[in-house]
Amino acid sequence: MRSFRRTPGTGDADGRDVRDDGGDLRDVAALAAAIGVVGASFGALAATAGMPLPMVVGMSLIVFAGGSQFLAVAVVAAGGGAVAAVVGGLLLNLRHLPFGLAMAPVVADRPLGRIVGAHVLIDESVAFARARGTGPRARRAFWACGVSFFLVWNLGTVVGALAGAAMPDPATFGVDAAFPAALVALLLPTLRAADARRVGLGAAAVALAATPFLPPGLPVLVGLAGLALAGRAPARTRPGEAS
Amino acid sequence: MTWLAIAVLGAGTYLVRLAGLLLRGRVTVPERLQRLLDLGAAALLVALAATAALTQGDGFAGWARPAGVAVAGVAALLKAPFVLVVVLAAATTAGLRLAGVP
Repeated sequence: MRSFRRTPGTGDADGRDVRDDGGDLRDVAALAAAIGVVGASFGALAATAGMPLPMVVGMSLIVFAGGSQFLAVAVVAAGGGAVAAVVGGLLLNLRHLPFGLAMAPVVADRPLGRIVGAHVLIDESVAFARARGTGPRARRAFWACGVSFFLVWNLGTVVGALAGAAMPDPATFGVDAAFPAALVALLLPTLRAADARRVGLGAAAVALAATPFLPPGLPVLVGLAGLALAGRAPARTRPGEAS
Repeated sequence: MTWLAIAVLGAGTYLVRLAGLLLRGRVTVPERLQRLLDLGAAALLVALAATAALTQGDGFAGWARPAGVAVAGVAALLKAPFVLVVVLAAATTAGLRLAGVP
């Protein structure tokens, strides 16, 4: 998945510096609020799965990659091993490699800036900055996103974890339905593409069919077999690619 | 979950991100590989959503949970705000359980 949430492109793609930082800051704030809510869902899920608070918060600080955090916690909560959780999370985050290749000149000119920026190179900050070209405006947008998303993600995690830990019986409140529902909502934009839909359906079918036979955690990984349905790349430019 | 698992996942994720930033100009990702990475991520997340919605242990999770997720999915298709989608899922599932649906 390229991005959990696509950002409407308002900048030019030529790297010219369009001065609309006020509007950008408003958009960053709106996106940050949404990310805070997702962070709170992660905190609640992890806490109701029995993870201690320092570990929940530590994970958000150290990993800072929502999809892989959800995946790892869900795999462990389902009774899977830590190895399956880590392998699944790392496979998911391999998609960040091309992010870095594309974003290097936007993030910083010097190695130190890139070493710091790497930690906040996430789906949302990349999508947001990319929509603002490759010039100074894109750089300001990247850092505004990176820093504020990191703050709200961790703040949301703390709030969600405290709320989740205070809940007497999560199943009574239907908390177990909230996580897959959030995931479905976040995946819908990706699944608008026909090839992603085919792969997704195949992945779901394989993972569900494997569940009775494989140890917990592995069914999600064998879902990768859905890639067999990828087919050829569609001729059109993929959404989010050139924006 | 263990601290070791968190450290390995965090370090691996950071190195993937840093590698892209530092290898700029020396390495290019072919279009086909980039597409496979994107689709692979979608496959993992859909598989995760499906198993989390429908299974518990090695069996079926009961009807209350998938019903809640289905209601939320419809709300998401209708472009309901994210928070509402999540609350609808939990409320539907909680209501069904209150009514005796497992």
